[in-house]
Amino acid sequence: MILSVEDLTVAFDGFTVVDGLALSVEEGELRCVIGPNGAGKTTLLDMICGKTRPSRGSIKFKTHELTELIEYEVTRLGVGRKFQTPSTYEDLTVLENLEISYPEKRGVVGSLFFTRDAALRDKIDEVAHRIFLADHLDEKAGRLSHGQKQWLELGMLLMQDPELLLLDEPVAGMSPRERERTAELLSGVTAGRSTIVIEHDMAFVRMIAHTVTVMHQGRVLAEGSMDEVQADPRVIEVYLGE
Amino acid sequence: MASGPGPHDRTLPLAGLLALTGALVAVPFALDPFRQQLAAKYLCFAFPAVGLVLVWGYGGILSLGQGLYFGMGSYFMAMFLKLEAAAQSNTGSALSQFYGSSLPDFMVWNSVEVLPWWWRPFHSLAFTIVAILVIPPLFAFLLAYANFRKRVGGVYFSIITLALAAMASIVIIGQQGYTGGVNGITDFKTFLGVDILSDRIKSVLYFITVVTLIAVVLGARLILASRTGKILVAIRDREDRVRFSGYNPATFKAFAFAAAALLAALGGALFALQEGLASPSLTGIVPSIEMVIYAAVGGRLSLIGAVYGTLVVFSAKTFFSENFPEIWLYLLGALFILVVLFLPTGLAGLAERVGSVLRPRRPAVRAAAPVRAVAEEVDTPVEVGSAPPA
Repeated sequence: MILSVEDLTVAFDGFTVVDGLALSVEEGELRCVIGPNGAGKTTLLDMICGKTRPSRGSIKFKTHELTELIEYEVTRLGVGRKFQTPSTYEDLTVLENLEISYPEKRGVVGSLFFTRDAALRDKIDEVAHRIFLADHLDEKAGRLSHGQKQWLELGMLLMQDPELLLLDEPVAGMSPRERERTAELLSGVTAGRSTIVIEHDMAFVRMIAHTVTVMHQGRVLAEGSMDEVQADPRVIEVYLGE
Repeated sequence: MASGPGPHDRTLPLAGLLALTGALVAVPFALDPFRQQLAAKYLCFAFPAVGLVLVWGYGGILSLGQGLYFGMGSYFMAMFLKLEAAAQSNTGSALSQFYGSSLPDFMVWNSVEVLPWWWRPFHSLAFTIVAILVIPPLFAFLLAYANFRKRVGGVYFSIITLALAAMASIVIIGQQGYTGGVNGITDFKTFLGVDILSDRIKSVLYFITVVTLIAVVLGARLILASRTGKILVAIRDREDRVRFSGYNPATFKAFAFAAAALLAALGGALFALQEGLASPSLTGIVPSIEMVIYAAVGGRLSLIGAVYGTLVVFSAKTFFSENFPEIWLYLLGALFILVVLFLPTGLAGLAERVGSVLRPRRPAVRAAAPVRAVAEEVDTPVEVGSAPPA
């Protein structure tokens, strides 16, 4: 088990967003988390990656307790996060975006004297090729299309090579064609990697998920294969039946 | 370092650097000693302006208190020079026989009888140099790190820097017996026994200033070209995202702030050496804001532009005040307003636009250039005194 969440609770201004949640992810598993808006899905990811501090409960990543750590410490342990909106560094080139994501020498002095060796250059070229941006290495990220930015962000995660990957709606806002290429790309990114995906697109979830967790009002409502979950009357009532 | 200057490199256009170096080297031959002295003074203020390009233009941290670090540099140097002057002066030695030690004249006038302990190490030139190079950046780093770690940033941090500069000048003025008060520390003639008032030595100091300034610009260029420089830009544009690349933004921002403080202190030390003055009027809010204006006029994304900006603003100041003594401040104000309104990327942006008009267009590569220039104008307006980009 790579991730084990227990009794996780957080409240904002007295309103409980995530309530006693328990969840565990096995090594190499791809877990989809679905649920209606406001179910607490994104907040769950925020707590795992150190962005939001839970009021109660524990998040164990391998042997580390994550609830006490802040974002960059969690990232350095090997947790990667992709946000809902594409977040790349717009004023830097594609190449610089990828290079910054390389998980080495992340202190000020180390970065000051950091040099790009042949191995890193090869890795950047390989990743750029995988994300269909090999011809755009010297272009500023701000000039890429929405879909290309999403790919670049996945490329940045490939450079980062995290052990646990958190993806928040990776195909949201994409054209059907981009969506198809992204699905293909994602299967490469997530292959053999423990991953939690939040997604609304049911066809997409059916395609990629091993196990599906349905969240509702900050709690786990159901968990199982897509077929099991879809047959669950409670799930149909709150979510799929709508 | 990692990546060489690309085609869109704006930090340091070679032509601008060469032209500036040529012009600065020519100054002692072309201008009379009075004008050369003015040029030397202007150049000292280019140091903090270059630092602001680093910390504000690339780090997104608007410091309204660089005068504090300029002041530290100038006071540390002035303390050394003043102790040397006190040891030599006749009145000093007469009084020192009375008091048992040689005291700076203003201490005697203020009935301070013993040299304060924190003045004593400044008898040593080595200590003074180390103090100038270490204390301002160290102080700046700790201050900035404490704030940025708690995620206090943006306009709040700007106000903190402003308040510190104001406090420094108030403390200096209030503690007249130890600091020389509102008059500052002045009236010293020698540096290690060498007469610093002679024209020949002034020329030497001028050249030292020019060489140091160019070294500083090149050093800043190296920082910006390194991965640290790229991360600074990334933090400026998306600080939250940088945390998820595994970097601690607080250390990087504090580093940039410390580097800017070091440059300001260097400028201050060279100023005290050449102008024979360390003063609270160069430490407080007004000079701090003016330094931001130099960087804004030059173009806050251009290191060399900051030097040009400083020279242009000071020249305008001198020209207006000599020719229109009654209304020169209004004219200077109008100049700033015009620059902010019509040259959001400063002189560097203007030079770049002129350059791209003059340069013959290479069809495929250059096609997108005009669109790009417009887009950048919209993205990065320069507003003096406004919050840095989030």
